[in-house]
Amino acid sequence: MKVARKELNLLERMYIPEVLRGMSTTIRHALNPRHNVTRQYPEVPTPLPDGYRGIPSLVKDEDGRLKCVACQMCEFVCPPEAIKIVPGEYPDSNVEKYPDRFDLNMLRCIYCGLCEEACPEEAIFMSDVATFVVSSREEAVLPKEKLLEIGGVRAGGVRKWASK
Amino acid sequence: MDLVIVIGAVAKVAVIVGLLQVSVALLTWVERRGSALIQLRRGPNRVGPFGLLQPMADGIKFFFKEDVLPPFVHKPTFIVAPAVSLFCALMAFAVIPFGGVLEVSGREIPLVIANIDAGVLLLLAASGLGVYGIILAGWASNNKYSQLGGLRASAQMISYELSLGLGVIAVLVLAGTLNLSEIVELQSRSLPFVVYLPLGFVVLLIAGFAETNRLPFDLPEAESELVAGYHTEYSSMKFSMFFMAEYINMITSAALLVTLYLGGYGVPRFIAEPLGLSGNALVVAEVVSFAAKVAFFLWVFVWVRWTLPRFRFDQLMRVGWKALIPLGFANVIWAALLTILKPEWFS
Repeated sequence: MKVARKELNLLERMYIPEVLRGMSTTIRHALNPRHNVTRQYPEVPTPLPDGYRGIPSLVKDEDGRLKCVACQMCEFVCPPEAIKIVPGEYPDSNVEKYPDRFDLNMLRCIYCGLCEEACPEEAIFMSDVATFVVSSREEAVLPKEKLLEIGGVRAGGVRKWASK
Repeated sequence: MDLVIVIGAVAKVAVIVGLLQVSVALLTWVERRGSALIQLRRGPNRVGPFGLLQPMADGIKFFFKEDVLPPFVHKPTFIVAPAVSLFCALMAFAVIPFGGVLEVSGREIPLVIANIDAGVLLLLAASGLGVYGIILAGWASNNKYSQLGGLRASAQMISYELSLGLGVIAVLVLAGTLNLSEIVELQSRSLPFVVYLPLGFVVLLIAGFAETNRLPFDLPEAESELVAGYHTEYSSMKFSMFFMAEYINMITSAALLVTLYLGGYGVPRFIAEPLGLSGNALVVAEVVSFAAKVAFFLWVFVWVRWTLPRFRFDQLMRVGWKALIPLGFANVIWAALLTILKPEWFS
């Protein structure tokens, strides 16, 4: 393809006026701080969009009880097999099972959100925690306590404790 | 008495060299923050207030870096080259007057390291010698990129030294002296020479960019073509010596421009007269005025660097030989005509 070249006029060929024009552009940029696009990251956090998928987290209900019933649906659906659940059993309760261990390997997790979709008890949610820093492989496997800490309390939803 | 003069001279040299180093440090900060502003970034702002201690951090980094001496270089030349660069850069500043005559307990101290009659010539000689540092570095590195960078530096320096000289000569024709202090005094009495010789001012400014290897004329270290040009093989303090030499050359270049065309350390009359400055207060005002003028042109150097792309080599040569030199000659002829037609302006 042939690109037509614009014929330069005398002022443009003298070069200096065009240089001054360029300099006026750059100084206008420099003097207008509104143009600045850099975000001061650690101090000013990045705004996350709605529906952002951060670290998957476990939640409690308003009475502080674990919502998870260790059905292992998330473990089953998880594509990279990041979730490992060891179920435990309540001796006498409407709710029969709970996760004795719930380990989430963040080196495997791909943030797909299928665990959240699969969960019948609305017990696992994608949080808005976007940063994840650890210093060893062992630390990257998040235990139940850590996941609950991230998830916190989410009221409403399934009321399995009252009746079967 | 002799001892006092020696001590005074040594003290002046120490102060100036120290101030130059500080200015270079500040200038690197200005360069980085300035480029950030122009490119809509923020630049280094973490070390110290506004990132002002960043140059310190850089300096410490340079000190602790490994000083690599590649096995294929010509060792003596390789080691001497950065020293030549820095030495010439520092030497050139010696003749620049940065203030009038200070009076301390009855003794007169001119604020210039070497107030010699051939000041301009010494400055041109020193800046001409500076190119040896670059050529020797390029040659001693035994590396095609460095070699090309050195060659380009020599071609560029020789071409632009002519127009630099022409820009200087016009002023000498008007002033009738080679002594920079006298040139400044003459401008204080009449007007800054930029009023009479606007063309020469532009020629000298552009030649100054080329002489300091700054964009848009930084072909000797064109990173997109030559890795880093003549200092490709240099690391640690040897590299930082080249780096400092470049920035000191910038300062000298700006100072020369200010001295020859913008009244040097002279305080503009519309400021000095209402304030009624005299004696040492005036000298202090002169130093401030000199610093302000030089600082403005240093910002222009930075400003232009982050505005313009690099010339191609043939364009560089064309601008040098076919544009600047004819303009320089025209300017010299104009200056000669002025001295013939209106000699009373420059007495």
